[in-house]
Amino acid sequence: MPGLLGIADLDRTEIEAILARAKDFQPLQNQSFKRLDVLRGKLMVNLFFEASTRTRISFEIAAKRLGADAVQISAAGSSVSKGESLVDTLNTLGAMRPDAIVMRHAASGAPHFLARHLPIPIINAGDGTHEHPTQALLDARTILDRVGTLEGLRVAIIGDIAHSRVARSNILLLSKFGAEIVLCGPAPLCPPTMAKIAGGVSIAHDIREAIRDVDVIMMLRVQLERQNERPFPAGEYFRFYGLRLDHIALAKPDVIVMHPGPINRGRELTSEVADSQRSVILNQVENGIAVRMAVLERIIGE
Amino acid sequence: MSKLLIRNGRVIDPASGLDRSADVAIEDGVIARVAPGLDPGGAEVFDAGGLVVAPGFIDMHVHLRDPGQEYAETIESGTRAAAAGGFTSVCCMPNTLPVNDSATVTSYIVERARRFATVNVFPIGAITKGSEGEELAAIGSMHKAGIVACSDDGRPVMNARVMRRAMEWAHSIGIPVINHCEDLHLSAGGDMHEGAASARLGLRGIPGAAEDVMVARDILLSRLTGARYHVAHLSTGTSAAMVRQAKALGLPVSCEICPHHFVLTDQHVSEYDSNFKMKPPLRTGGDVDAMLTAIADGTADALATDHAPHAGSEKMQEFERCPFGILGLETALGLTFERLVHPGVIPLRRMIELYTTGPARLLSLDRGTLAEGAPADVTVLDPDSRWTYDVNQSASKSRNSPFDGWTFRGGPVATVVAGTIVWQRQ
Repeated sequence: MPGLLGIADLDRTEIEAILARAKDFQPLQNQSFKRLDVLRGKLMVNLFFEASTRTRISFEIAAKRLGADAVQISAAGSSVSKGESLVDTLNTLGAMRPDAIVMRHAASGAPHFLARHLPIPIINAGDGTHEHPTQALLDARTILDRVGTLEGLRVAIIGDIAHSRVARSNILLLSKFGAEIVLCGPAPLCPPTMAKIAGGVSIAHDIREAIRDVDVIMMLRVQLERQNERPFPAGEYFRFYGLRLDHIALAKPDVIVMHPGPINRGRELTSEVADSQRSVILNQVENGIAVRMAVLERIIGE
Repeated sequence: MSKLLIRNGRVIDPASGLDRSADVAIEDGVIARVAPGLDPGGAEVFDAGGLVVAPGFIDMHVHLRDPGQEYAETIESGTRAAAAGGFTSVCCMPNTLPVNDSATVTSYIVERARRFATVNVFPIGAITKGSEGEELAAIGSMHKAGIVACSDDGRPVMNARVMRRAMEWAHSIGIPVINHCEDLHLSAGGDMHEGAASARLGLRGIPGAAEDVMVARDILLSRLTGARYHVAHLSTGTSAAMVRQAKALGLPVSCEICPHHFVLTDQHVSEYDSNFKMKPPLRTGGDVDAMLTAIADGTADALATDHAPHAGSEKMQEFERCPFGILGLETALGLTFERLVHPGVIPLRRMIELYTTGPARLLSLDRGTLAEGAPADVTVLDPDSRWTYDVNQSASKSRNSPFDGWTFRGGPVATVVAGTIVWQRQ
C-alpha cells in the first residue's frame, strides 16, 4: 500500500485483510512482553497539526509494538508556527527519510494534496471534516468482535454529521459491506447531501426513529471548533439528540454503543449510557492499537 | 502610413451583418475597407485563406493584478496572455493594491497600459472606497479618467442601500454597475459549491442561493433606480432564470458567463486541486446545462474569462487556504469552440457576438466591429485546427489553470490591435 489517505481508496478485500491482521495482533495486548520486531529499523513520524491524545498515542504505541522508531512532531513550537508552508515542512521531513508520515491536519484534503507532491507514504490520521480512516477500521474491528459481522447491519450515526470525518469514513466503510446507515442530527448538522456520499444511507431527524432496530449506535461529538457559526440553539442539543438509556430499548436487544471520543457526558450521551454494558467505547480505544499495527505493517513492512 | 491587408478570410462582422469571403484593408490603425479582391498596394499581407476574420475580441472581466501584485501578473504579462488568447481588449477589475477607487489609480493603470500593454485596457473602477462596501468611490472622477463600468468584484456590496446609491450615481454618469453576486453571510467559509461533492470531500459549501439572493436583490434595485446592471460570472440556473425574466420585463439587466462555468462541474474538484477553486464555484451539471441554454437563448450578453492569476506558491497549499481564481485568457476560445460551437449549441456568428458586440454594447466601447473607420482590432480564428494548451508556455506570470494539457479543436491564430499583428500562433 502506498499510504492510507482514506477509506474511499480501499476496496473490501483490503479492508478485510487489515481487519484480519488486526485480530492477530489483539492477543499481544494481554502479554507481558508486547513487542514484535517486524518493523525494526523503520521510522514513523507522527506529524500532528491538530491537538490529539488518543490517535497520536495509539499510533506511537502501535509503531513501538512493531519495533519501529516513532518521532513526535506537533505543529506548535515547530517551523509551522514560524510560517513555513505545508509543502516545505513535509519536504524537510522527507529529507530525513522516514518510512511513513502519520499526519493529522485541520484542512480537508491536506494529506491528499501532499501525497500528489511527495514520495513518502502518508497515513491520514484525520483531515479536517473529510476522513479518519483508521478510526473507521478500528470501529469495524470492534463491531466484528461484538456483533460478529459487518454484513447487512443496521447502523445509526448520531450527532454532528456535517463536521465529522469519523462519520464520513464509517459511512464509506460500512456501505462497502452493505450496511443500512441512518444519519441523525439537527438539520444544520445533518444535511441531505450527506446521504449521497455512499449507497444505503438515509437521514432521520428524530433520534427515536433513527435508533429503532439498529445493531450499532455510533455517537459523535458536536465539533464546535469546526463550526464558524452557531448553527443550532446551544441549549437544545442534548434534549433532542442526547442518547439516554430509555432510547436503547428501541434498538436491537444486543445493540452496541460506540463513540470515537473524547466523550462529553451530558451533552451527547448520559453517563449511564457511556458506562453501560452496551458501551464499547474503551474496546474501540484498545482496538485502535491493533488496527494501527496492521496498517503500519502493511504500509512500511517489506 | 502603415498598411495591413488581411486577405481571403471568411469575414464575419455581426455588427454590420457581414459574413462573406473578403479582404480587410487596414490603414493607420483603422479599418479602411472590407471587400473582396483588394489591391495590397505595398501593404503587409496576412493570408487568412481558410480562416475566419472577426472583430477584435473583448474580455470584459479580467484581473491584471497591477498595481500591487505584480508577482502574479502585470499589465504587460496579462495583456500578452490576452493577445495569445485572441483578445484585443480587456477590462480589468479594480481589486488591485491599492484598489482602483480613485482617478489617481485609474490614471496609473491607463498610463501603464499605454506604455506596456499589448492590447487595449479598459479599467473598471470600484463602487465603494477600498471596495469596503460602505462609502461610494469617486465614480465620476474615475469615469473622466477612463473607467467603463464600476464593480466591487470579489467583494460584493452587501448593503442594499449602498448598492441603490451606487446604481443611481452610475446611472446618471452613464456607466453600468457590475456586481459579483455572492451573499457573504451565506457563502462564509465556503470553498466550493455546496452539494454532494462538497459533502463527500468534507469541504465547506457555497450554496447556489448565495448567488441567487443577490441577483434577485440587484434586479429589484435596477428596477427601482433604472440603472444598467450587469451580473458578473453568472453561474446558477436560478440566476439565469431571473436575468431572463428581468429582460422580459424590459429591465436594463445583463449578464456574462465564464467558460469554466459551462465546461466544468463540482464533480471535477477531486484530489483537492486548487486549480478548480474559484468564485463563483463550479456548480452542478444542471447549472452547466442552464448556462448553455442562457448562452444560446440570448440571456447571456457576453462571455468573459474572469482571468485571475495567482502565483504558484499561493495555489500550492491546503485547498481551503488557496485563493480563489483561475487563468482564463488563453483557453477561452478553445473551450468556446469545443463546448459551444462544434456541438452546435450556438453558431460561430453568435460566438463572435458574445465576445465583440455583446461586451462593446454593455460598456459603450467603440469596438467590436469591422466597420470602415473603426479601430483596427481584429481576431483571426481557425475553427478546425487542433492545438494543446501547455500552461508552462503561458504568457501569464501565473500557472493556475485547470485546462493544462487539454487539446482543443478551434482557437485564435492571430491578434491584430490597431492595425498591428501583436500575436500569431506558432
